[in-house]
Amino acid sequence: MTSHVTLRNIVVAALLIMLALMPLYGAWIGNNFVLILFTRIVILAIAAVSLNLIMGYGGMVSFGHAAYLGIGGYVVGILAYEGVPSGFVQWPVALIVSGLFALLIGALSLRTRGVYFIMITLAFAQMLYYVAVSLSRYGADDGLTIYRRSQFAGLVNLSDKVVFYYLCLALLLLVILFVWRVVNSRFGMVIRGAKSNERRMRAIGFPTFRYRLACFTISGVICGLAGALLANHTEFVSPADMHWTRSGDLIIMVVLGGMGSLFGPVIGAVAFLLLEEGLSRLTEYWQIIFGPLLLAIVLYARGGIEGLLAGGKRG
Amino acid sequence: MRVAASKDCLREANVAEPLLQVENLSKRFGGIVASDNITLSVNKSELHAIIGPNGAGKTTLISQLTGELTPNAGRVHFAGEDITAMPPWRRSLQGLARSFQITSVFHDLTVLDNVALAVQAHAGHSFQFWKNSRKDPSIREPARAALAHVGLTGREDTVVSRMSHGEHRQLEIAMALATKPRMLLLDEPMAGMGPDESARLVKLLKELKNEYTILLIEHDMEAVFALADRISVLVYGRVIASGLPDDIRKDAEVRRAYLGDEKRHV
Repeated sequence: MTSHVTLRNIVVAALLIMLALMPLYGAWIGNNFVLILFTRIVILAIAAVSLNLIMGYGGMVSFGHAAYLGIGGYVVGILAYEGVPSGFVQWPVALIVSGLFALLIGALSLRTRGVYFIMITLAFAQMLYYVAVSLSRYGADDGLTIYRRSQFAGLVNLSDKVVFYYLCLALLLLVILFVWRVVNSRFGMVIRGAKSNERRMRAIGFPTFRYRLACFTISGVICGLAGALLANHTEFVSPADMHWTRSGDLIIMVVLGGMGSLFGPVIGAVAFLLLEEGLSRLTEYWQIIFGPLLLAIVLYARGGIEGLLAGGKRG
Repeated sequence: MRVAASKDCLREANVAEPLLQVENLSKRFGGIVASDNITLSVNKSELHAIIGPNGAGKTTLISQLTGELTPNAGRVHFAGEDITAMPPWRRSLQGLARSFQITSVFHDLTVLDNVALAVQAHAGHSFQFWKNSRKDPSIREPARAALAHVGLTGREDTVVSRMSHGEHRQLEIAMALATKPRMLLLDEPMAGMGPDESARLVKLLKELKNEYTILLIEHDMEAVFALADRISVLVYGRVIASGLPDDIRKDAEVRRAYLGDEKRHV
């Protein structure tokens, strides 16, 4: 964390100001679309930040992170469907259930390394995907419409799109603050050390498994929060939320923005979703442009966009 | 003084308070016997060196002492406790510290961060999520002290990947010291060092010898005979001799198996 005026810091500050002023801009041009797009960006940025915690700082490349988006969303959707509209119930349950799944999936998959870890997390996410497809009471593969957003006893009205946007933005900032503290704490140093050289960590006296598992679980909880927000945003949950391509999108956001940097995933989420939006207007085959662009970033800017802005110091 | 693997050796060791005791340790990799019924003990405050030609199973032995490898048979006792089945991290907490033959540090962290992690490992659990550990004097100060001990003062903020090989070796030892060990297992600390660096390290080890019990694996014969209180010779996974440096120097079988090839070093 440098306190100097650098290109990277200016861009991050500008990005945050832009995000803070987005609803005003939307009102000014009299178009709801911008606000809806950016609400989505902010929510997926939370998910990307959570993935970055394990992937960027902990070296755990989870290819099934969208599972927690889906779990958080389904908890909100199912509780709403079963007549429990209160957000005071829905949200804590969403976080707890996401955390429990992350704990279980982590406990099994963290025993493997490298490609095996990637494949096992992917397999678990796909299992959950097919579970969601088979939930015939809750819409099966058609998904489940949520008729009322989470109710907070008149405290905040999530149906107000501007209020909901600022709630999401506030939560994103809180999550970033939390991750910043965590990665510099004793716990965070253990996670980074285990990424760098796990064998040495054990040799100097760390039972690394439990720390990695705790980190994996925390990340799942944060992503579950993003899932609960996303369900409220789209007023709809479907198995597509946890499809493996969604997990891939999250990885791309993190890599594109810059792994192991605090704001990288936010930059990545903004860049990814704006590019997707912009390019898909140009052509139906937008991925033909997006793919090579991504390759160029990965090949020539290993620290992602954030790394480019910081002058490639992190290499 | 051919006492290897004999019961007399054990009895003698018991009198002199062995800190580390290895009994009948065997390890096989498929058809290869890497450790063949090894019995040895290291007394408190002693520097016990293990020598042997390449492929004698020295690192395999150390890895079984630190818990990275599980022996097929035999037992390891440390400070009176059977640690044969203990995982590496728990052995470290018990006071058994290891330095690696091939430098094994955290390359993307600074020198001070590296040593601070070793201190932190022995400062209670690390489920602390909020306080900045880099500003925690209870971790940073002992880490600085360990760096001063090995002569790396002034290099605290250097990223490890930018240091020289000799400095890496010093860092290895600083990290082992930072765990406040009761015993050091040093796996070829002088590997790949130039003569000047080696001389400095021998000087450091002479100091450490007064404070710690040390099991030293080393190829540099000059260093071994200058430092060791006792020497065991490992050949093809077997301890073929164990005793005082002078006796080992004279031992015919040792000369044939090992020292003869490297007369120029002796």
